[in-house]
Amino acid sequence: MADVTGPVVVLAGGLSHERDVSLRSGRRVADALREVGVEVYERDVDAELLPALAADLPAAVFPVVHGAAGEDGAVREVLELLGVPYVGARPDACRRAYDKPVAKTVVTHAGIPTPEAVTLPQATFRDLGAGAVLDRIVARLGLPLVVKPARGGSALGMHVVRNVVDLPAAMVGCFSYGDTALVERFVAGSEVAVGVVDTGAGPQALPPVEIVPADGVYDYAARYTAGQTEFFCPARLSVDAIKAAEDTAVLAHRALGLRDISRSDLIVDENGEVQLLEVNVAPGMTETSTLPMAVAATQHDFGALCRDLVAAAISRPRR
Amino acid sequence: MTDESQPHHVTVDRYVERYAARARGMVASEIRALFAVASRPEIVSLAGGMPYVSALPLDAVGDIFDDLVGSRGAVAMQYGSAQGDPGLREQICEVMALEGVNGHADDVVVTVGSQQALDLIGRIFLDPGDVVLAEAPSYVGALGVFASYQADVVHVPMDDDGLQPDALRDAIARTAASGRTPKLLYTVPNFHNPAGVTLAASRRAEIVDIARSAGVLVLEDNPYGLLGFDQEPMRALRADDGDTVVYLGSFSKTFAPGLRVGWALAPRGVRDKLVLAAEAGILSHSVVCQLALSQYLANHPWRDQVKAFRELYRERRDAMLGTLSSVMPAACTWTHPTGGFYVWLTVPEGIDTKAMLPRAVGARVAYVPGSAFFADGADGARHMRLSYCYPEPDRIREGVRRLGAVLEEEVEVRDTFGTTGTPARGLDRPPPNL
Ligand SMILES: Nc1ncnc2c1ncn2[C@@H]1O[C@H](COP(=O)(O)OP(=O)(O)OP(=O)(O)O)[C@@H](O)[C@H]1O
Repeated sequence: MADVTGPVVVLAGGLSHERDVSLRSGRRVADALREVGVEVYERDVDAELLPALAADLPAAVFPVVHGAAGEDGAVREVLELLGVPYVGARPDACRRAYDKPVAKTVVTHAGIPTPEAVTLPQATFRDLGAGAVLDRIVARLGLPLVVKPARGGSALGMHVVRNVVDLPAAMVGCFSYGDTALVERFVAGSEVAVGVVDTGAGPQALPPVEIVPADGVYDYAARYTAGQTEFFCPARLSVDAIKAAEDTAVLAHRALGLRDISRSDLIVDENGEVQLLEVNVAPGMTETSTLPMAVAATQHDFGALCRDLVAAAISRPRR
Repeated sequence: MTDESQPHHVTVDRYVERYAARARGMVASEIRALFAVASRPEIVSLAGGMPYVSALPLDAVGDIFDDLVGSRGAVAMQYGSAQGDPGLREQICEVMALEGVNGHADDVVVTVGSQQALDLIGRIFLDPGDVVLAEAPSYVGALGVFASYQADVVHVPMDDDGLQPDALRDAIARTAASGRTPKLLYTVPNFHNPAGVTLAASRRAEIVDIARSAGVLVLEDNPYGLLGFDQEPMRALRADDGDTVVYLGSFSKTFAPGLRVGWALAPRGVRDKLVLAAEAGILSHSVVCQLALSQYLANHPWRDQVKAFRELYRERRDAMLGTLSSVMPAACTWTHPTGGFYVWLTVPEGIDTKAMLPRAVGARVAYVPGSAFFADGADGARHMRLSYCYPEPDRIREGVRRLGAVLEEEVEVRDTFGTTGTPARGLDRPPPNL
C-alpha cells in the first residue's frame, strides 16, 4: 500500500459523445480517492485545463476521459508535454488500442483471435457503390453482423444486423459517429469484461465479469440503466475458460504496450474459445461499469486501488 | 466473506424488481448523452428552449427578494395554499385579459410552471388507455406527461395555419369508430412548440365547436402568446368558451422559468379537482416566488420587459431565417414563426434527423430530432426543431452554417446508402426543458 502526497487531478468530461459517462466515471474515481485520504480536484477537458495545471502542477493526473481525445492519446500527449505523471497508457499505445482495426492487427500478431472483420471508410461505399460492397461483405462474413465505428465507445453507433435489409441503415448510423466503419462477424457466446491492473508488480487480471443484457444487446441503454443488464462475477464459466479469458486480457494489455489499467471485452463461445472484441485504455468507472465490480469481487477497496495506481504513476521514472 | 471463486450475481440496483410498471421506460438514452455534450459552450445549441433571462433587470429582481424576505419574511417563508396566492391570481387575470380572456381569480390555479398543470390534468382525467388528441408534432413535455399516465396519443395534422379542423373531425371519428372517446385535445395555438406555426383566427371558433360537440375538453397551452413579433396578442380559445377550454399560462417565457410559476384557468368542477390534486402532490407553492412575482408585476413595467424580449427574439429569428435561406441544401423547407422560440425544419427525403444527430454534435451544433415530438417516436424523422431563443444572433448564424454543412454530408450518405434511418431502437425522448 502506497501513500500519495500532494493533490491529484481527476480529468473527466470532454466533448466526445461519451461526455456524460466520463463525468460519472470521474466522479466515482474522485470520491473513491477522497475516501482513502487523497486530495483530489476534478477538472473538465476545456480551455481552462492547461492554465490551471501549469499554474499549479498536481502530483499526478488520473484521466477518466472516454471517447476521442481521452482514449486516442491526445489528452495524454498534452500531459506528457507538461511533464506531469498520469495513470494509464502512453499516447502511442492509446492510439493503437483506440483504433479498433489497428488493435485487432496488433493482438492478432500476438496470437489472440478476434472476430473476422472488414474495415472501410464511407468514401469507399460512395465511390464503388454501397450495394455492391455490402453484398461482398455479407458474402464473406455472413449474418448476423456487427457494425460499429472504428473508433468510439459505449456501443454508440453500434448495430447488430440480423437481417440484410437493415444493413444500409446500420452503416448510416455508424457513419454518423465517424467516417470509418468496422463490420465484424457476430460471435455468439458469453460476453465478459476483464480488467487488468498493474500497481507495480506487473499486469494482473481482475476476475472476469459476465455481462447478460436483458434484451440481448449490450447497447447504450443496457450499459447505463441499472437493472437493464445482469452481471456475474466471476463469470459463470469453466475454470479453464476463466483462465483463458484472464490470460487473453493480460496478453492483449502487453501486446498493445498498455500501462497501469485496461479492460478487455471478450466473447467466450460454447467451446470455451475466447475472442477479443476490443481493449479500453480508459475503462468506464460508473456504477454500472464492470471494472469496479470486479475490484469489489476481489474484496479489495476501489479507492485503495485508485490510490495505488496513482502512487505507481508518481514513482515511475521520468523520461 | 464470500467465496471469491463462486460466481455471484452483482447487484447494481437492489430495487430493480420493485419499480412500478410505468418506470419501465425510464432508461438511459443515447439522445440524452448527446445533449450532455450539447450543453457545453463549445457547441452551438439550437436545441434548448431556454429563455434569455440575462435580458431581465436582475438587480431589480434581487431587490424585490431582499425586500420581501426582509419585510414580510414570516409570510414569504411559510407554507401557502395549493391554489396559489390570491393577489397573484388577480394579477394573472389581468395578464389573460390581454388575450381577451375574462377569467375570475377564483378559477385560477397557480401551478409549478405549465408542466405541473399538464401533470395535474393528466392525473384527474386520464386512465390508462384513454385517448388524447394532440397536434402532429406536439410538445415533448406534454407527450411525456400523457405517456406517464399511459394514455394513447392520436396526432392531428397541422398546416401553416395550425391545427386542421377537418383532420380534427376525422381523428375524433376514427377514435369513436374504435369504440373510444377522446378525453382531451391538447393544443399550443400560438407560435407552436415545436412547429412554429399559429392557429389562424378564422379557425379558432371552429376548433372549439368541434371539441364541444364531441365532449372533448380542450387544453389550450399558451406560454408564448404574448411573444408575437408583428401583431397584437391573438384572442385565446378560452376567451369565447369557458366550459370547453382549460387555459394554461406561464411566466416562464414572459418573465423567468426559474420562479416556476404558471397557472391553469379552468371550469369550476375541474378547478376543484385541480386544487385537490395539487394539494396531494405538492401541498403548497413556493410563497416567496409567488410574492416576488406579484411585486414584480405590480411595480415594474413588465409589459415593457415583454416588449424587450419580443424585440430580442425577433432579431434572433431573423438571424436564423436569414441564414437558413442562404445555407440550407435545396429541398429543405422550414416554418416562418411570427413569434415564440422555434423553427420546424423539414430535411430532404430519406434523411433521418435522429440518426444524423451524432454527426451534428461532432460538428458542434445541436438540434432536437423531430421524432421526439411524436408519441410513438416513429414519425418526425424528416424534421427537426431549431430554437433561436438562447444563442446570440452571431452564434445562431454560425450554428445554422454548421448545420447546413452537416446536412450536405448527410445528403451524400443518403445518396450512397439510399436511406439514412437507423434500425428502430424504441422511444428515445430528450428532456422536456430542452
Ligand atoms: N463481433 C461481435 N460479436 C458479438 N457481439 C459483439 C461483437 N462486437 C460487438 N459486440 C457487442 O456490442 C457491444 C459494443 O461493442 P463495441 O466493440 O462497439 O464496444 P465499444 O463501443 O467500444 O464499448 P466500450 O465502451 O466498452 O469501449 C459489445 O459490448 C458486445 O455486446
